[in-house]
Amino acid sequence: MTTRWFGARVPRVEDDRLLRGQGRFTDDIDEGALESCFVRSPYAHARINSIDVSAARAMPGVAAVYTAADLPFGAVDLPLLIPHPNLTHGRTQKCLASNVVRYAGEAVAFVIAESRSMAEDAAELVEVDYEQLPVVITPESAAEAHHLVHADVPGNLAAEMTQEVGDTKQALAAAPHRKRLHFRYERGAASPMEARAVWARWSEPEQRLTVYDSTQSPTSIRGGLAVLFGLPESNVDVIAPDVGGGFGPKIMLFYPDELLVPYAAMQLGRPVKWTEDRSEHFTAVNHERGQVHEVEVGFDGTGKILALTDDFIHDAGAYTPYGIILPIITAAQLPGPYRVPNYRVRFRDLYTNATPTSPYRGAGRPHACFVMERTLDAIAAEQRLDRVEVRRRNLIQTDEFPYPLGIAWQDGNQVIYDSGNYPALLDRAMEMLGPRPAGDHVGKGVAIYVEGTGVGPYEGAHVQVLVSGKVVAATGIPSQGQAHATVWAQVVADQLGVQVADVQVISGDTRRFSWGVGTFASRGAVTAGNAMFVAAGMVAEKARRIAAEHLEADPADMELVGGQVRVKGSPDKGMPLAAVSVLANPVRYAFGGGTEAATQFSSKREGPPLQSGDQPGLEATGYYSPPGSTWASGCHAAYVRVDPKTYRLEILKYVVVHDCGRVINPMVVEGQIEGGVAQGIGGAFYERLAYGEDGQLRNASFMEFLIPYSTEIPEIEIDHIETPSPLNPLGVKGAGEAGVIPVGAVLASAIEEALGVAITEMPLSPLKLFQLSR
Amino acid sequence: MKVNGVERPAAADPRRLLSDHLRHDLGLTGTHVGCEHGVCGCCTVLFDGAPVRSCLMLAVQAEGHEVTTIEGLAAPGAALHPVQQAFHECHGLQCGFCTPGFVMSVVGFLKENPNPSPEQIDEGISGNLCRCTGYASIRRAVQRAAELTSLSPSGERAAELTSLSPSGERVRERGEER
Amino acid sequence: MKPPPFEYYAPKSIDEVCALLSTLEDAKVLAGGQSLVPLLNFRLARPAHLVDINRVPDMAGIYERDGGVAVGALARQAAVEDSALVARICPLLTETMGLVAHRVIRHRGTICGSLAHSDPASELPAVLLALGGHVIARSTRGERAIPAAQLFKSVFETTLAPDELLVEAWFPALSGAFAIAEESRRHGDFALAGVVWAAGRLALFGVASTPVLADHRDPTKGLHPSGDLEATPEFRLHLVKVLTERVLAA
Repeated sequence: MTTRWFGARVPRVEDDRLLRGQGRFTDDIDEGALESCFVRSPYAHARINSIDVSAARAMPGVAAVYTAADLPFGAVDLPLLIPHPNLTHGRTQKCLASNVVRYAGEAVAFVIAESRSMAEDAAELVEVDYEQLPVVITPESAAEAHHLVHADVPGNLAAEMTQEVGDTKQALAAAPHRKRLHFRYERGAASPMEARAVWARWSEPEQRLTVYDSTQSPTSIRGGLAVLFGLPESNVDVIAPDVGGGFGPKIMLFYPDELLVPYAAMQLGRPVKWTEDRSEHFTAVNHERGQVHEVEVGFDGTGKILALTDDFIHDAGAYTPYGIILPIITAAQLPGPYRVPNYRVRFRDLYTNATPTSPYRGAGRPHACFVMERTLDAIAAEQRLDRVEVRRRNLIQTDEFPYPLGIAWQDGNQVIYDSGNYPALLDRAMEMLGPRPAGDHVGKGVAIYVEGTGVGPYEGAHVQVLVSGKVVAATGIPSQGQAHATVWAQVVADQLGVQVADVQVISGDTRRFSWGVGTFASRGAVTAGNAMFVAAGMVAEKARRIAAEHLEADPADMELVGGQVRVKGSPDKGMPLAAVSVLANPVRYAFGGGTEAATQFSSKREGPPLQSGDQPGLEATGYYSPPGSTWASGCHAAYVRVDPKTYRLEILKYVVVHDCGRVINPMVVEGQIEGGVAQGIGGAFYERLAYGEDGQLRNASFMEFLIPYSTEIPEIEIDHIETPSPLNPLGVKGAGEAGVIPVGAVLASAIEEALGVAITEMPLSPLKLFQLSR
Repeated sequence: MKVNGVERPAAADPRRLLSDHLRHDLGLTGTHVGCEHGVCGCCTVLFDGAPVRSCLMLAVQAEGHEVTTIEGLAAPGAALHPVQQAFHECHGLQCGFCTPGFVMSVVGFLKENPNPSPEQIDEGISGNLCRCTGYASIRRAVQRAAELTSLSPSGERAAELTSLSPSGERVRERGEER
Repeated sequence: MKPPPFEYYAPKSIDEVCALLSTLEDAKVLAGGQSLVPLLNFRLARPAHLVDINRVPDMAGIYERDGGVAVGALARQAAVEDSALVARICPLLTETMGLVAHRVIRHRGTICGSLAHSDPASELPAVLLALGGHVIARSTRGERAIPAAQLFKSVFETTLAPDELLVEAWFPALSGAFAIAEESRRHGDFALAGVVWAAGRLALFGVASTPVLADHRDPTKGLHPSGDLEATPEFRLHLVKVLTERVLAA
């Protein structure tokens, strides 16, 4: 089989529509929908004594106002998505709070009106009697537990988990050198350009609920809505249309609106929509990144790590809908590409009176990388060794795969690195980085990471060749800009011997494909990509069989090339794929399009027209379920200069060497890396969630939450190496999060050298550097 | 008010923002809303030919003026405008949400700076946020757009250029056996 | 968010504007809107009345007066930025425009609006102060000139009376050395601290509730800047010294 499209920089099929402004994002859908807004708690922790919505209900244009008391599911806790035995005190919120609010931004009432303006006018009239309660805002204060976020959760402790490989106590005691280190990572926010939005319609005659949702998992939303509203899943359609960025917080479910908007549509007999505004996005949509680490490392005189213990606390926020996936990932990813023969990691997942946390691009790995890389720098500094050399000495070598870590992974399996070449990453990165630029206050930073990608349980794909010869393919997972439609088309086009432009991909629409998990954790290419490969392969096999029968040849001698199914080496002995599609469906009535060839007096088959076990049509549904994660990796390195007076950061050079196994579309992967690095730079030096001691977010706007513009992001040089994954047919590994993971570590390392101050926290800023330099 | 060359009704409610009027009253949903405080640039349209933030204008202020939105750059089915074409060639968009705002800003920028240096390009797009691309591909797109625009000051030649779009013919082939 | 309800007026003459401002309680003038509309969208500003002056003709003039340059109420920042006349007479003003937000904002934002808004971190008030310019305020009671030193009262507060419209800003001619420098977090952001050096005077912005004149030999004397998310008072004082050093060296 010739791979014509695999590895090619195919320009995107999505672009034309999006460039013309013909994209369809959830808020673009009106269709006479009522609009809505929330009343949210301004306080981080308060008892609700009463809620009075009478004035709001009386406002002209208001269709309804809901509080918890008005909802049949008002007393139900929202699902705890990922249970875990160590999550002994998991808590989720109710759809609307009526008793206690535990974070500023928690939803208290929902107002539906003819327009958003009217809804906001009415929302201002909702009177809530709050009685403020003490606030726990920092992870440290959560650990001290002078005040509790949940009265029935002692110590604010949602979960605790300890894992050990080897014997750290003994190894530390025996180590020639030991160091204790403390690291702190503050909360961050993904901030996609499109805030969240939901649109829903209920059809009474069809008993059918249709929901458009800016989500990363339409299939999960559909499943949940069916359960909650007592509907058969087959009567619930959920579509993620064009989604303007996800980056993690849109894989969280259920946000209250995802239940309230459908419920309102069912109650009010009209479509209902809700679109978030930017300010509320900052507190209503999940955060991530808050952790505090206490590390003890034992090492020898050459900088080799002998033992490492990490005791960290994870800021869960006020609730734990996503379970303890994040700290599990941090614990598992901390050793990274390095050999840590004795490793002990303990985490405590603690509640705070802040927005709940769930994965944001990187999902626990940026912290893990930061801690490990800073530790290596500290070892190098103390032993006066070269930082790059210390890393080299600790790297896992190419002959050590598969490499089991002995630590639990987020899919319920153990961490086992499948393939990689970490020394090559480092060598190539150093080569690309080149010599240090001249001048003062210049620093070099380097960081190497591994990333577990492509988690299961599975994804599926349906591929069909139409009688026109065009191909349609569908999968359950949606895209938020990762070019799925182009990349899956490449995979399918290779299998079927057609042009990419002849393959139309539909994704994220349960009406077209209703089984699946979601787009997150750098899993799209591995799971859906391989599912496309499987399904398209089944279609190709059927095409060869039908064509061979028709041409009286051996199916093993058939190939699919140029839209034809033909005998290898005999290009004139073939038939168009379109014709094969016709023959695949024996018909009585030729309705045009060449179907005459499939009628009873035209085709030559003996026996039943549709053989036992066969199905009509040139189509197939296939699934891919990974046996475990496949491990991508990369090395970033940079030179920076810090102005010694203004503490302004200038990134002089930034290089990335990246290994995501085989690459289907290098242009798309590079775009993902460039975007990830920019998010990493933003999270390291510009963005910060500034909570006051009262738990209120001080900077809930783009004016004060500083996402970098183009002027703040440098050019990046990217190179790839490929260690194919042995775990899946395409040999691919995930790539979506890689760009962001090591950026904090790289910049910290470089700034530390440039300024000569120890960097043990994230994020940084000119102010922070000024204060550290005092 | 004239929108994309066609007379369209003005807004009834003075507090209706121009962005909402375009999107929800006139059905031109190509203009997007990212922040409503003028920082992200997703809502950028041309107002009497100059790029402005439509979220910072009341719709009534546009009465008697000409607004061009992303939908007005290329007729349906017709060739892409050189700026649109350049973004496509350079992979200057991923999720596409910030893209109309960028494209309209760049159209305005290139009118005032037809031959920009890299520094001027960086400065020229520094008022728009993108969360997906990391900007490098957008900078390349603006460079390419300047080249394409200098080939055809009024954009006529863009018709030839759409044959470069994703039918696959122009793609570098690897032809690697597996 | 969406703006709160307000009564909207689009007067067609300056007399009509003044009449409205003299009779309406709780009215705000809408010119460029680049500062006001975000406040409306956040519902932080809730004026009962909005007087949109964009329909008043002949307010966008940029012309030479008394050896300096006068700009009318509707002179857009981009027009001032591009003006050859301004570049000739007062090049400091031309250079300053490049620091004000982003070009797209400057297409709508006005010089006079920026002065009337009186954000302590913005550049134009400090430039007016350093140069010793003035503004002309008009009402049904007549016209008066307000020198820069008497215009800026506090954060978002000028000495304009509620019934006064700022119809013109006047910047003296400038020959000789000048410089403007600021530290901001991102390109186009408000300054954490900034300095203007012109006509032998140093003005500071972003470090007090209004722009202030300072002694270039001891620029932080008597200064008590406030702290916010991106800068503590100490950091502001530090930046003032660093920036003053830079502009004087240049």
